[in-house]
Amino acid sequence: MNFDFSDEQKQLRDEARKFLADRCSPATVRVILEGPEPYDRALWKGLGEMGFLGAAIPEAYGGVGLGHLELCVIAEELGRANAPVPMASSIYLAAEALMLWGTEAQKTAWLPRLASGAAVGTLALGEGVGRVTERTIKAQMAGGKLSGVKMPVADGDVADVAVVAAREATGVSLYLVDLAGPGVSRETLETIDPTRSQARIIFDGAPAERLGEAGQGWRLASDLLDRAAVLMAFEQVGGSDRALEMARDYALERMAFGRQIGSFQAIKHMLADMYVAATLARSNAYYGAWALSTDSPELPVAAATARVSATQAYQHCAKNNIQVHGGMGFTWAFDCHLFYRRANALALALGSQTTWEDLLIERMRRRNDAPAAA
Amino acid sequence: MNFDDTPQEAAFRAQVRAWIDANAPKELEAELKQATFGNSGLTSGDPIALAKAWQKKKADAGWACLHWPPEYGGRGATPIERVIWGQEEGVYGSLGGLFIIGHGMCGPTLMAWASEEQKRKLLPPLASGEEVWCQLFSEPAGGSDLAGLRTRAERANDGTGDWIIRGQKIWTSGAQNSDYGILITRTDPDVPKHKGLTMFWLSMKSPGVEIRPIKQANGQSGFNEVFFTDVRIPDAQRLGAVGQGWTVSLTTLMNERLSIGSGMPTGFPELFDYCLNLQTEDGPAVDNPMVRSRLAQYAVKASGLKYTGMRAISALSKGETPGPENSIGKLVAGASMQELAMFALDLQGETGVINDPRHAQAAQKFQAMLLRSPATRVEGGTDEILRNIIAERVLGLPGDIRVDKDVPFKDIPTSGRG
Repeated sequence: MNFDFSDEQKQLRDEARKFLADRCSPATVRVILEGPEPYDRALWKGLGEMGFLGAAIPEAYGGVGLGHLELCVIAEELGRANAPVPMASSIYLAAEALMLWGTEAQKTAWLPRLASGAAVGTLALGEGVGRVTERTIKAQMAGGKLSGVKMPVADGDVADVAVVAAREATGVSLYLVDLAGPGVSRETLETIDPTRSQARIIFDGAPAERLGEAGQGWRLASDLLDRAAVLMAFEQVGGSDRALEMARDYALERMAFGRQIGSFQAIKHMLADMYVAATLARSNAYYGAWALSTDSPELPVAAATARVSATQAYQHCAKNNIQVHGGMGFTWAFDCHLFYRRANALALALGSQTTWEDLLIERMRRRNDAPAAA
Repeated sequence: MNFDDTPQEAAFRAQVRAWIDANAPKELEAELKQATFGNSGLTSGDPIALAKAWQKKKADAGWACLHWPPEYGGRGATPIERVIWGQEEGVYGSLGGLFIIGHGMCGPTLMAWASEEQKRKLLPPLASGEEVWCQLFSEPAGGSDLAGLRTRAERANDGTGDWIIRGQKIWTSGAQNSDYGILITRTDPDVPKHKGLTMFWLSMKSPGVEIRPIKQANGQSGFNEVFFTDVRIPDAQRLGAVGQGWTVSLTTLMNERLSIGSGMPTGFPELFDYCLNLQTEDGPAVDNPMVRSRLAQYAVKASGLKYTGMRAISALSKGETPGPENSIGKLVAGASMQELAMFALDLQGETGVINDPRHAQAAQKFQAMLLRSPATRVEGGTDEILRNIIAERVLGLPGDIRVDKDVPFKDIPTSGRG
């Protein structure tokens, strides 16, 4: 049994960690948090040059041609560093959709630019408050032109291309829209995590071409979200570990009542519970990584498992990191809130926790009903 | 990343599977699958005789304690081979409950501290299950604070060098079925508590040993009190030096936490199955969004433990030492089983209170789980001790400030009893 990353993959993780330690310090994250820039363009370019963006994209399309396990270890490090870049939108979602269902022309047009970081992609699915379902997709496609309002669209303000779910006679399909083209207007939205931007996009007769099978858009979007959920779970696991480390380090350093606060059981037990949550999440994320990298029929269950566990762990670690820091944890100057913001933003990206809990049990039930596989 | 055996592992697994297929007591399979908490499920025969018969059969074919050296009754197997055996033994492994303490804790302690002659004499019948061992550690005054124990060992004043034991142990699993035990005692109350302890082994048939079952809060009796009234133990049965008992006990306790890949039960598969089948006004319970949300939370804990175990097995497979992540097992499993049992009863509405086999057959296991689960959170290290261990040994936080550390044992305040 080898339920672990290979030595080469671990080396890649170390390389990514080193790169991000140099290029993505908390101070650089704060530039995005506090400034007008929607994301760290220099870091994004650097990630492209290092081959991190194109890790799972084939060489023929400008990528490095490794695989999803490599992307998982990179994702973990991006989460750890709280990197302010549109990785999930552009790579886990847009590039993945193009690789899975793009025509040769679509792949050639976009994948090399996504791999290098020259272009940013995204997925435009939801249209308002509440859980996104097939029925909530009202955007219309008629005569090659797409119209409707999508909100929120992660990185929609900076994206060059979007995979958009819309409806025509055959039902919901996915479409590719060049966001620099006509019929697209967009606005940046304020969010709980300004280091990751969100937009509202109004499509008004924007030229669009279909991506993947007609009428199968909801199924495809669902598959896509599963794949992205595994990768995002690694970001969440990386963030959980970092929040735990910050809390641990502070508990060792901070003195009160004449002793290190980390010598009080109330603090020790809180940290132990953070470790438990982070460990369960990591093991579940590995399960997701295995399913993703082997195209296992287990992927829907594994992805939802990884997702639910990672969301729980990151929210738990991020909130208790602030608690361990006490009043200082609630200052703007301390970095705790960066992780608290990101943890709670990621908990909603790709669908809420209750949505994924529901999906997990529905899928386990379906697996249970299916005739026993050999 | 894969779950596949290496060629050597596959060959070993095939060998194990063939032997188990040809030798396992298949007539017991259905009963063993009916096991609930604290109940072996066996009704067709004496559970102890059945356990001993299976263990002896394994031992005769070289499948007992397979990671032990052959000269002590094992087969010198690697850690990963031991894991594979456990996976293949499956439901029959639960027959071995009688031997868990002996094989998991007493055996390794003897291996580290007994004389060569004693090891060759004591370990093979321990491995084969012909002799059952227990561990006499906890006391009314020393549970989590084990080193606070008060059972005295004093030299007999007749020149024999023998030791005379007086005192009481508690929570001794399986003492009533045991032939031998390892016993930690206080030999010097004038030094700080960790320094005045000494370990022995003894026959449970020794004169002056009295075993009384404890009636537990759930009505069953798996544990015992053991009283020692002037019990005589020869000095040759001392394990380690006089005053070295604490170090010796750590050998035992380290082994307690080494059982990897065995997978602590959380009760989730039972709950999921129950929710699939429980009919409510709106259809099966599993269709209710609130039920799904709760199920999902238990599901990811069960899955997280399973795959944490897989990570440890992978480390063993590569010849590495598993990381500290296995320390979470009992902490997660114990707490989630208790919450899950309460939830399962809640799903039954007012009938959740019914624990009557005539009316609650499908669900009765959750009532048993509810009543047994408080013990899981205490035995073998309380939740709080386990959190301390994670905080101190894994995360590197400081140990507790110990007010009794440098105080002679006799001067440490106590709460009266003992």
